[in-house]
Amino acid sequence: MKMVRIYIMGKEYRVPEGLTIMKAMEYAGYRYIRGSGCRAGFCGACATVYRKEGEYKLHADLACQTTVEDGMYLVQLPFTPANKAIYDLEKIRVDDKTLVNFYPEIARCVSCNTCTKACPQELDVMDYIQASLRGDVAKAAELSFDCIQCGLCAMRCPAEIAHYHVAQLARRLYGKYIAPRAKHLEKRVKEIEEGRFDKDMKKMMKMSIEELRKLYNARDIEPEEEV
Amino acid sequence: MQPVNILGDKMEIAYYPGCTLKTNAKEFEETAIKVFEKLGIKLKEINKWYCCGTVYSLATDNLMYRLAAIRNLIRAKEEGYDKLVTLCSICYNTLKQTNLMAREDEDAMYKINSFMDEEPDYDGSVEVIHPLQILNEMMDEVKAKVKKPLNKKYAAYYGCLLLRPKEVAIDEYENPSVMERLIEALGGSAVNFPLKNECCGSYNVACNKEAVIDANYRIITNARKNGAEAIVTSCPLCHFNLKEIQKEVKKAYPDFVGLPVYYFTEIMAMAFGVKK
Repeated sequence: MKMVRIYIMGKEYRVPEGLTIMKAMEYAGYRYIRGSGCRAGFCGACATVYRKEGEYKLHADLACQTTVEDGMYLVQLPFTPANKAIYDLEKIRVDDKTLVNFYPEIARCVSCNTCTKACPQELDVMDYIQASLRGDVAKAAELSFDCIQCGLCAMRCPAEIAHYHVAQLARRLYGKYIAPRAKHLEKRVKEIEEGRFDKDMKKMMKMSIEELRKLYNARDIEPEEEV
Repeated sequence: MQPVNILGDKMEIAYYPGCTLKTNAKEFEETAIKVFEKLGIKLKEINKWYCCGTVYSLATDNLMYRLAAIRNLIRAKEEGYDKLVTLCSICYNTLKQTNLMAREDEDAMYKINSFMDEEPDYDGSVEVIHPLQILNEMMDEVKAKVKKPLNKKYAAYYGCLLLRPKEVAIDEYENPSVMERLIEALGGSAVNFPLKNECCGSYNVACNKEAVIDANYRIITNARKNGAEAIVTSCPLCHFNLKEIQKEVKKAYPDFVGLPVYYFTEIMAMAFGVKK
């Protein structure tokens, strides 16, 4: 097995090549209590920063998605301190100023683009902050759609913006006040409330695992409806 | 129509809106796009842009405040434009001064280009233009489009940022006249207005409002004494400081009588008969 040298918080270890940063750290004896979640690149819990030997760049990524390389200097960032605005989505309204009122520090953005470079999801982070600043909630929601809230943008920002919280507010506002309502969903919720599925649910709750499995495998998959 | 020199043979120009034209000054953008369309010029908003920085920082040792402006100029160039127009006086001043720096300060640009290693190097080759500079060459075309001559007396208010520093001035920096000529071309009359390049108090409105109230009182009273029935400007912050605090000025100065304040594109829209 070919081994590579890595440095975890400055201390050298030898680990098999091909491991992810997360697995390499576990191989070296570290145990994750925080900073680990789905291990599949979706949850955003395992933010990591590293430098490669002989390179000035500081890289940011997810530990579960990045393979170790010889000479990597590593550290985990299991948590990002970032203040969240308190709001009641039912009561606030969306206008040009909603985002900047809840997160006034977005006006400190100097367009350095460091957030974008740090994003493991390769989002245009600076662009959604700039859209937020000019009140374009729909654009901010669209550009930040794949955000997994790892917090690396906020850790790297010289203007101390909590990008991912701004983006979440933008998406919530978009979902509640801007996006067209899904008619089929409203129809289905009404059907559920009227008890259309109650009888079937009761029947299923009495079934054995075997029966359920059979039923599941034989289920009808509905074609997607036009909205 | 004769081609306008400042635009070369192009009738489409890259347009940088700036944040305020998307929020507090929407009427400025809407009327500008419509009146320029009437004149056969398309203001094409660039696809990606960033807040200009809202003021040209005088701290020469902190280049961070130049990044946004340089990035905007790179975007315009990337989209194939060699000229960029912007309406807001603050955006104009910031982009224009930064572009001058890009042309003159090699050391600063070496640092900025190295820092922005994800962008192509920028060399200052995009020309920053204010729409009044385009109109300056089109007064006959403007006259020809007038449907409802203005028939009122206007004070042309330039404020600071279209004129200072003189290297970025859109006109004669001590005694500009382009807006007066525009007013006359639209059928209005331009009054003599000694305070036309006085500062409105700018961002003092956020932290030292009394200074802005005093400036407003002096500027509007001076315009009124010279016979003006309205004030015309190109700057959203001047517009705010002159228009939105008139009630407070009245409280501080009981003899104060206010005036309506318009963007120059609004009076053009009125004269062209363009609906808002």
